[in-house]
Amino acid sequence: MNTLIDGFFNLEILRQSLPYLGQGLLMTIALCLVAIPLGFAGGLALALASTVQSRTIRWSVIVYTDLFRAFPPLVLLLFIAFGLPFIGFQPPPFIAVAIAFLLNTSSYYGEILRAGIESVPGGQHEAARSTGLSRWQSLRWVVIPQAVRNVVPDLVSNTLEVVKLTSIASVVALPELLYAARQVQSVTYNASPVIAAGLLYLLLLWPVVRLLSRFERQAVSIR
Amino acid sequence: MAGLVETFFNVEVMAQYAPKIIEGMGITVVLAAVVVVSGLVLGFVLAVLRALRFKVLNALIVLFADVFRAVPPLVILIVIYFALPTVGIKFSGFVSAWIGLSLVLAAFAEEVVWAGILSVPRGQWEAARATGLSFSQGMRWVILPQALRLTVAPLTSRAIVITKNTALASVVAVGEILYQAQAGYSFSYNPSPLTLGAIAYLILFIPLVWLGRWVETRFAWKR
Repeated sequence: MNTLIDGFFNLEILRQSLPYLGQGLLMTIALCLVAIPLGFAGGLALALASTVQSRTIRWSVIVYTDLFRAFPPLVLLLFIAFGLPFIGFQPPPFIAVAIAFLLNTSSYYGEILRAGIESVPGGQHEAARSTGLSRWQSLRWVVIPQAVRNVVPDLVSNTLEVVKLTSIASVVALPELLYAARQVQSVTYNASPVIAAGLLYLLLLWPVVRLLSRFERQAVSIR
Repeated sequence: MAGLVETFFNVEVMAQYAPKIIEGMGITVVLAAVVVVSGLVLGFVLAVLRALRFKVLNALIVLFADVFRAVPPLVILIVIYFALPTVGIKFSGFVSAWIGLSLVLAAFAEEVVWAGILSVPRGQWEAARATGLSFSQGMRWVILPQALRLTVAPLTSRAIVITKNTALASVVAVGEILYQAQAGYSFSYNPSPLTLGAIAYLILFIPLVWLGRWVETRFAWKR
């Protein structure tokens, strides 16, 4: 028991590692603040593009979404971080991570929002057009608000995944929470910082996870 | 342009590392298969245990599900592979990835199956017990058949997500596709092995993305 406490909850080491973990946490939050809006905006653009007449555009959206949903995000990230320097562009880790996240998360958000738009009955759009709204106004004020509301649980679930996914940035040496924890671990030969990082993620995301359980229960009970 | 092809699709380098990548594909497939089987089975068992409604047990199951849904899988793998040895528990990279990813999948699967069980109207359960069926008989013949139909789509999408997470195992030195591709890249200092790895992932995962699409429309959760 004592080895366990010394190895995993060593207060002395935790005290020393606190400033590093704090900085890491800030970086993780910064990463989320970039990745989530960027992915959501990209996803919305994809979802809107899949509503247009042109077949070419709709098929390109499908190819894009399937392609980037097939790549594990870590593969995409390493490909960008290690591959781009060969075409003469050496992105700083933060930019490489942002590009990988934009490509990956926009395709997930896009799929969700597309399903949301499809769930809005066609009559809504027709009614909006017949009251004199333009195509864009109808999307903006009638279709999208209902579409987003219909897929809130999926959006929350995907956002949870994006926040957790920021931990892969540690692999390309971006000093976010997990990276900071591992640095301190390798200096102190003690696992407490990594355990603490895990607990910080838990603290941060527990409310979201609880919310998701509630959504899941509602989804099956309102049938 | 020719330079680009030479860099990213260098035939010589690709030929040299192709056997390694193919070996990696085998490991990815085996790891994904064992994770999906043990994760789904564990999640299913936990959900059924939760239906027994023992207070302490239920609290533990909810705690388990919340922790493994909130903490990023990469953090979990790193704790198992790098932190547990400091208190004397040592697993190989493959076993670490197997345990870690299985627990994550089990946490999500438990929540989904539990929501499915809750969705079956109470009267079904009471009627089953009133006709003289035992707990396990009622579960087996009345509740689960109705509950599981609803869970097919979300369980499939969860299982597909977790198979993509096998790429994280490269961080704990499992010789799967990404690990081999990275090794090839750093030996040859040429990104072609990464391209090859990306192609290997597409071969394995594009069919899964399509399967997910099909299952989602066939067994839609909300309806």
